[in-house]
Amino acid sequence: MDKISFDPGVLDGTERLIYELRSLYKSCGYDKFRMSKFEEYDLYVTNKDYLVSDSVITFTDTNGSLMALKPDVTLSIIKNTKDAPDTVTKLCYNENVYRISNNTGSFKEIMQTGLECLGCIDELCIGEVLTLAARSLLQISPDFILETAQLDVLAAFVDELTHDRDVRNDILKCVNEKNVHSIPRICADNGIDPAMAEDLISLVGIYGTPGRVLPMLKELCAKKNCSEYIESMEKSLDILVSEGLGDKVIIDFSVVSDLKYYNGIIFKGFLKGVPGSVLSGGQYDNLMKRMGRRSRAIGFAVYLDMLERILLDSEVASC
Amino acid sequence: MLSVALPKGRLGEQVYEMFASAGFPCPSIMEKGRKLIFENEEAGVRYFWVKPSDVAIYVERGAADIGVAGKDILVEYAPDVYELLDLGIGKCRMAVAAPRGFRDDKKRTLVVATKFSRAAREFYASTGRDIDIIHLNGSIEIAPILGLSDVIVDIVETGTTLKENNLEVIESIFPISARLIANKSAFKFNTEQIEKLVSSLKEMI
Repeated sequence: MDKISFDPGVLDGTERLIYELRSLYKSCGYDKFRMSKFEEYDLYVTNKDYLVSDSVITFTDTNGSLMALKPDVTLSIIKNTKDAPDTVTKLCYNENVYRISNNTGSFKEIMQTGLECLGCIDELCIGEVLTLAARSLLQISPDFILETAQLDVLAAFVDELTHDRDVRNDILKCVNEKNVHSIPRICADNGIDPAMAEDLISLVGIYGTPGRVLPMLKELCAKKNCSEYIESMEKSLDILVSEGLGDKVIIDFSVVSDLKYYNGIIFKGFLKGVPGSVLSGGQYDNLMKRMGRRSRAIGFAVYLDMLERILLDSEVASC
Repeated sequence: MLSVALPKGRLGEQVYEMFASAGFPCPSIMEKGRKLIFENEEAGVRYFWVKPSDVAIYVERGAADIGVAGKDILVEYAPDVYELLDLGIGKCRMAVAAPRGFRDDKKRTLVVATKFSRAAREFYASTGRDIDIIHLNGSIEIAPILGLSDVIVDIVETGTTLKENNLEVIESIFPISARLIANKSAFKFNTEQIEKLVSSLKEMI
């Protein structure tokens, strides 16, 4: 009896996308990372603020250790990869993660695909990861936007106002909501001159393609001695622009991630017709330091659960 | 076409007037009837009336691109949306009220009746006070009168209802007004239209 040959037509939209993205990442030298064991709960609880949701499903292993069903893949990649700060290690994955779904409020198995680039990260690596993020979105739909921000710049602007953790969190929450009208009130309530927040408000108000907003950003950052971050960001974004993806990138300083873990470039991907972000990533040198690594790192994840409807629609359309 | 979720009621009508003046009119919305969705293709806008507490959900889930919700709802449900503007209308405040002459006995857990559990929990957590929350859906004012709770956390506009029930505000938590909110993804794909609306509304405030 002959063996059945593989028919790609049997793949549903999500499966096809996973293989397409893996081919894309492989073409840029990313090796597949496979998680074959469970991590101890301790790994996740130590870095619980890094996780999208801090609820984790736990179980007791045969030796009595408290283990967890993975809510995240990045922490395992860091833990299980040799710290090699002088080289670049490129890994991609597709794994199920177990998180509380925003839609149902209960635990859900969510297929996630993504990549991590660890080691000696320079502007070129960051540019390549940004390009792969944009090309991942393009693989799903031509109507996409990749928005990006530079966290060190944002941190410099907020540091100028306060170092109080609670006040900083309140201000960053407002930044994330583009709620600039509340920032002067928070300043006034905490004894900070609201006029000092004007530059931060200008920064959050900057929104547009790199070609349009980088000159404004440079001018604003020159006042705060953080021009080097913008120059570095521009070098990475130039790579995207040279790939013809410049008009799909928006610089938007309301993109915020936890400063304890992230630094440098962070980004989120959006598709027309999908209400939330479908891709999220950034540099996480601070997380690497917290985990005792000398390497720098950047990566992103594509949330396949957010794409269910759009992938189903494209399947129906192709039928 | 920009989809706008408006809160049913007087506040929603006031908001519609502002949007119409900002260049997004849809005259059919003022016609009496049971219709809930109204469209003006020429102006590129579609309005729909929803329960005020549901506006944030419609916007967060992308059924509406933008909407108008009270700060009380945004604090309570913490939707992942942009809060673009304080419209400066529908002003009131979230406050703690108690029977006249109430004295808080710190030795025991304070029982708080409220429709706004998160706001109450966050406020008392910030003061370090141990509380029990009784979640009610309406007529909150009668809870302390009937001994169901010590105090209430609720929206106070003029204070008349409190006064009539022998209650008084003992602490203000935060000011409330109507806020223009936008779905994060929709904002990126309708930036020009939304920014035009925001700048026109700013001129009216």
